[in-house]
Amino acid sequence: MNYSHDNHLYFYGGVHPDDSKKLSACEPIKDAPLLEKYTVIVGQNIGAPPKVIVKKGDIVKKGQKIAEASAFVSANLHSPTSGTVSAITEIIGVFGAIVPAIEITSDGKDEACESTKIEPSKASPEELLAKIADAGLVGMGGAAFPTVVKLSPPKAKKIDTLIINGAECEPYLTADYRLMLESPDKVLRGVAIFAKILGVNRIIIGVEANKPDAIENLRKSHLLNEYGIEVKSLRVRYPQGAEKQLIYALTGRKVPSGGLPMDVACVVQNIGTSFAAYEAVYEGKTLYERVTTITGSRVVKPGNWRLRIGTPISKAIELCGGIKGDVAKIVAGGPMMGLAQISLDTTIMKSSSGILLLGNEEIIQYRNQPCIRCGNCVDVCPMELLPGPLSVYIENERFDLAEKEFVMDCMECGSCAYVCPSKRPLVQHFKRAKAEIIAKRKSQQLSQKAK
Amino acid sequence: MTELKENLKMPEQEKLVASVSPHIHSGVSIRKVMLLVIISLLPATFAGILFFGLPALKVIVLSVLFCVFIEWAWCRIDGRTDDWKDFSAVLTGLLLALNLSANVPWWICPIGAFLAIGIGKQLYGGIGYNPFNPALVARVGLLIGFPKIMTTWMPSLNMRDSSHPLHKLIYDVDATTCATPLGVVKTAVSKPDTVQNVFHSLCNFDAYLAYLKGDMPGCIGETSVIALLLGGVLLIALRLIKWQVPIAFIATVAAISGLVNYFSPNTTPGPIFHILTGGLILGAFFMATDMVTSPMTTKGAVIFGIGCGLITSLIRIWGGYPEGVSFSILIMNALTPLIDKFTLRKPFGFRYNENKV
Repeated sequence: MNYSHDNHLYFYGGVHPDDSKKLSACEPIKDAPLLEKYTVIVGQNIGAPPKVIVKKGDIVKKGQKIAEASAFVSANLHSPTSGTVSAITEIIGVFGAIVPAIEITSDGKDEACESTKIEPSKASPEELLAKIADAGLVGMGGAAFPTVVKLSPPKAKKIDTLIINGAECEPYLTADYRLMLESPDKVLRGVAIFAKILGVNRIIIGVEANKPDAIENLRKSHLLNEYGIEVKSLRVRYPQGAEKQLIYALTGRKVPSGGLPMDVACVVQNIGTSFAAYEAVYEGKTLYERVTTITGSRVVKPGNWRLRIGTPISKAIELCGGIKGDVAKIVAGGPMMGLAQISLDTTIMKSSSGILLLGNEEIIQYRNQPCIRCGNCVDVCPMELLPGPLSVYIENERFDLAEKEFVMDCMECGSCAYVCPSKRPLVQHFKRAKAEIIAKRKSQQLSQKAK
Repeated sequence: MTELKENLKMPEQEKLVASVSPHIHSGVSIRKVMLLVIISLLPATFAGILFFGLPALKVIVLSVLFCVFIEWAWCRIDGRTDDWKDFSAVLTGLLLALNLSANVPWWICPIGAFLAIGIGKQLYGGIGYNPFNPALVARVGLLIGFPKIMTTWMPSLNMRDSSHPLHKLIYDVDATTCATPLGVVKTAVSKPDTVQNVFHSLCNFDAYLAYLKGDMPGCIGETSVIALLLGGVLLIALRLIKWQVPIAFIATVAAISGLVNYFSPNTTPGPIFHILTGGLILGAFFMATDMVTSPMTTKGAVIFGIGCGLITSLIRIWGGYPEGVSFSILIMNALTPLIDKFTLRKPFGFRYNENKV
């Protein structure tokens, strides 16, 4: 379908998969019933995992801090309900590796711990920032980068624009869409908190044009003028919600290769994160639950649920009435960048935007046939790389050549693999090369230090 | 605490696939790509059969069968049992046939198939690894090995009619062979007295119409400009080829022949003649655009096309052969890695003064 949009700057390439959002788009956000047990993964954020500050047998309240940020790039963790810490344990995390986790057995009362609310118009930016840090906010679009770090750029970097990512360009996901539809004012107030902390005048919310009702809803709000927020509809094209592509589409600025949004005076936050900021500041609520889309052809009743952190995937699937047919893949996140899961006991994290259940006929069957140099990947790579030849270098373990031809600029959006007729696992090659190159750089730094 | 429903069907954990993202695919495959290219070659194939009759059909069938057989056998010996099913050998066989004259002896087909699939493709490791267009390797190999056979052309069926504008190309009434327009030009330019007469007989409206239809001597698939353009437009519309290659190729040939004809009318006919005759259209749309052997970037495609046009014009106007499309594409195939290296594009947000190259 064609939607009109009002950005005129198109990033290069991209793909347009069927968005499959209708499965869950009309389902209002529902609160999940309380579970007997939650297993909260420690280390849900990019950066250092927080330090566990509870021990077995401790009594905790809902929203109480159970692990504390251990470094600048780290985030607090909070209990999803009231009850007892029944174990400090280990489970299989979303990346497939075994990760530490805190098991909390619910007492059924779901008592919230004491919290303080702040009136943002009276609070200083520092107070607001401290509140957001305290609430353990991370980027909820999927990367889970601690929000407080993004909101405190180095003094040398002047920030003039705050961009809110409402693109939700991943197919299937509708969590941000529902938030914009159901609680536009809360989202906008959250956005205004970020703007106040950063001291910016220009605030743009970018929403993909395939969500016209969400755009309409935001535009109708009286808060728009009050806070000076622009809402722009964006061309429907994956990966429109990728940070660099979004900034380009909305401001025409190009984040330098290897750079960050702050290098072009921008900060990007996600809709879900803005909503969480509202809750943290206005309601004194820490980040222990989030909206997750549970969907896919194999789910009996797809929907959008407010799930507590630490909810096992199996329980999330139960909420949606179980499965129909055979499930070949469970994906945490969207189908383009999400992570395939190997355990149903893995739990919901702050970054879990979706749980996707796909059948065998829908999923990609990687074959790694030779690259036939058709150039499809070259046409779609939004970072303007040459994925095909890069993957050939990496197959031959020529990471030096891959680095020279900019593999480090790859953001792993998966557009190339989506259109590859040889069904090459291109993203796997690039992830591998990036890991190898980072490891090499680290060892070089170490050896230089030793000298 | 709310009771969750019992007896729900849950996924079986041990059956879960855990592969890297993305998890969905557009559905494109090598086989589909090859099939679409074959389909876009069908108009030219039918035109060839229409104008050259059953001998053309025989050559096409034999070429395709032998190419598939050699691909199948080679892949089997090599242990890659499934590779031959991707239709690429069918495409190579079809392209090889379209690059042969309809009157070649049958045994040219297996030799050509071996040159194309064996020497041109599988020797390098199969699909994706061949540096040269396999069908052209075969054509040029055959041209060098069997020069007489490969430069003997069959007149199109309608040319026997004396009212046909190209009727004079047939050597005599009973002859089964004739010269191609490009061949006639090549011999005519050495005789300054008659050259303009010859040019005139080949460059008039009726002759152009015959070239457009494909009603002229030549390889089976190269003659019908209209049929080739139909397929070429389909290829461009389906985004299977970069339009920059054929456009740059044809434009370069037109520009050079136009210039040479303008300043020295006795050296070569004008650009329309050069575009409509010989293998230019077939080469530009279907051979030069071969994915494996042409550059991947747009900039590279333009350079590649211009290079092909340049070499084709040089050979056609001053070279020893009447036609230079095959050679030009093969030479540019060899230069493709170099073009790729020099047209390496810079990533999004790359800044020359900040990022080291």
